[in-house]
Amino acid sequence: MSDSTIPLPSTQAHVGRRGLLKGLAGMAGLAALDPVLSACSSSGSPGGGGSANSITFGSNYSDPAPKQAFAALVAAATKKTGVKISVNTVDHNTFQNNISSYLQGTPNDLFTWFAGYRMQFFAAQGLATPIDDVWEKIGGNFNTAAKALSKGLDGKYYFIPIYNYPWVVFYNKSTFKQKGYTIPATWDDFIALAKQMKKDGLIPLAFADKDGWPALGTFDIINLRLNGYDYHIKLMKHQIPWTDKGVTAVFNQWLELMPYLQSGANGRIWEDAAKTLEKKQAGMMFQGTNQVAAQYVSDKASLDDLDFFPYPAINPAFGQDYMDAPTDGFMLAAKAKNPDAAKRVLEYIGGAPAEAAYLKFDEWDVGLAEGLSVPSYNSIQTKSVQAISACKSVSQFMDRDTDPAMATAMISLIQKFVDNPTTSTISTIQKSAEAQAKTIFTS
Amino acid sequence: MAAIGGRLAGRTGAMPTADKLVVIGLLGLPLLLDLLFIWAPALSSVVLSFTRWNGIGGLHTRACSPPPAPSILQNGCWYGVQNYHQAATIYPPFWPAVAHNIIWLLVFLFIATPLGMLFAVLIDTGIRGSRIYQSVLFLPVMLSLALIGIVWEFVYSQNFGLINTVIGHTGNGNAIDWLGNPRLDLWAVLAEGSWRQAGYVMVLYLAGLKAVDPTLREAALIDGASGWRTFWRVIFPVMRPINIVILVVTVIESLRAFDLVYITNGGNNGLELLSALVTQNIVGEVQRIGFGSSLGVVLLVVALVPISAFLYQMLRREERT
Repeated sequence: MSDSTIPLPSTQAHVGRRGLLKGLAGMAGLAALDPVLSACSSSGSPGGGGSANSITFGSNYSDPAPKQAFAALVAAATKKTGVKISVNTVDHNTFQNNISSYLQGTPNDLFTWFAGYRMQFFAAQGLATPIDDVWEKIGGNFNTAAKALSKGLDGKYYFIPIYNYPWVVFYNKSTFKQKGYTIPATWDDFIALAKQMKKDGLIPLAFADKDGWPALGTFDIINLRLNGYDYHIKLMKHQIPWTDKGVTAVFNQWLELMPYLQSGANGRIWEDAAKTLEKKQAGMMFQGTNQVAAQYVSDKASLDDLDFFPYPAINPAFGQDYMDAPTDGFMLAAKAKNPDAAKRVLEYIGGAPAEAAYLKFDEWDVGLAEGLSVPSYNSIQTKSVQAISACKSVSQFMDRDTDPAMATAMISLIQKFVDNPTTSTISTIQKSAEAQAKTIFTS
Repeated sequence: MAAIGGRLAGRTGAMPTADKLVVIGLLGLPLLLDLLFIWAPALSSVVLSFTRWNGIGGLHTRACSPPPAPSILQNGCWYGVQNYHQAATIYPPFWPAVAHNIIWLLVFLFIATPLGMLFAVLIDTGIRGSRIYQSVLFLPVMLSLALIGIVWEFVYSQNFGLINTVIGHTGNGNAIDWLGNPRLDLWAVLAEGSWRQAGYVMVLYLAGLKAVDPTLREAALIDGASGWRTFWRVIFPVMRPINIVILVVTVIESLRAFDLVYITNGGNNGLELLSALVTQNIVGEVQRIGFGSSLGVVLLVVALVPISAFLYQMLRREERT
């Protein structure tokens, strides 16, 4: 599930050793891969006539749980629309690393992807088909935030969301009950709580950044709390320089938190950090439900004991108005062979019944459709829905909101900060980030 | 007469058509493969290194327009030496990567390889259990580097790893962060690499030692040479061909270092290597093919130094003989 490409980030999911190995295998077979991907697509739609009612779907939902959920979604779509769908599943790291050549070669009609700049980039290169006609029919199913997420830079729709998940602060209910801790609403409460936990012999915040992307989440949330959503988006698009005072403030705030974060984060994978929370050696952990809750499920730890709260407010002007809630979904390839049938499928997917079909097999993500009811939601999922809908805007995560090259640059700079958190590091980081941003965005 | 003689001479000089075809086939096919799979990619990397291109759409010869144009339109254009300039001036991992590549080469040359030779010499003296040592030391060579990286993560892991558990440093206050501390991780990974390299060199060298004429040793012994002197003055010079093979293997292995750092953390945070940076920029969702190619060209130039030195030595020797 994790897409952490090389260091190429991408947020989500378990970048495990298995994933890395597969990624490596994928790289080795880079040249060979495109034909493999395309072979599937061409076999899926032989000729024109007989295939009018069948499409192919390229999927990176390659881990067992998402694969099962995706199969349920596809089965439901076929039942509803009568369109035969053949799924071409590719390991998620390989899929993401090869997306450019895949979309320029012979892609499947539909493919799985991520919202944010990461989607807009490929749409702007003319590799995706606008689906405004689909959105005309399904527009009523989604709120404005979800609609905004689905639009390209040209204002046309290119994306249908399927699920999202919040980045929040996790804790074990039993720990809080036993020690009499209360949920912190403000930064001062948060620091006071962390101090108390340290005194009680706990690691206040479990923390890992070996894969590079998890710490980007901490930068994002402090930035959203301090400077707000618009600032975040402008910074990600380099409309605000990285040397701006606002960025300095984010790092200074983070500096204050550093003594309470688990040390040695650059050498720890987030799965191990989640395990310290599971074992109650740590008091809290800030990450996505797609990682922490999923890890509890795969370790068979007590999901009932797990709970979360939104990141505490820092600047009263923005309170707890925003959070990272990365959204995954589907797009229509520009070279799709059967766009009409594919649009019928998308029309079905962009609604509550399709999301419910998917979420029956997913214990950590939540749907976005209005009026969606999923009886199988656990308490984490129910709470996720509330947390996300309480936000005025949700961002997608640094590696989805900015150019991937910039995300890669920030990964190594933020690892430097984690390794040596001082004010002089901060100014070095800002200067280097700005110099690199200039070459990535404008020159 | 003269004409006939000329024709005859021509005929004797010419090869039958079948032979010509064989020669063309034997020379031409490898040449073609060499051009196609070695020179064409190498030269296209050099050309690409002067462009700015994300791999989408075509390349053209227009120069990239000056800054105010949105970056998304600056694609497939001629970028001059900008990639090299940016790599050297504002790309922070670049110089560490060059330094790490050189450190890697030096450690392999002066620690891992001599260690392997030492193992070989010791095992060759027929110490007790030499077969067991030989198998144990050779075992890592049979594992892929990717697998070695994973195995050693269990050894180095800070909270759950073998080393920290044995020395009792697994707590969150005192754990040694072998793979996360940028001042430690290169050496930790070099230990992994040397673990394999020493075994590899040992096997090569052992094969060479077995082939040395035993009478040389006996003669040295009779002349009263010590063990060290026998090795250094008699055996080592006799093994010249093997020594050269080992030198070449060592240089190649250190320049193609990639798997271990990629598995460990993708080549960040103290583990930057040129090969990893090329991968970061070229293989991935959004590619900076021009920039990545310029890093590849730098690696090519670095690799050319030992390769040319080696070829120069070889050719000069051939001329002499």
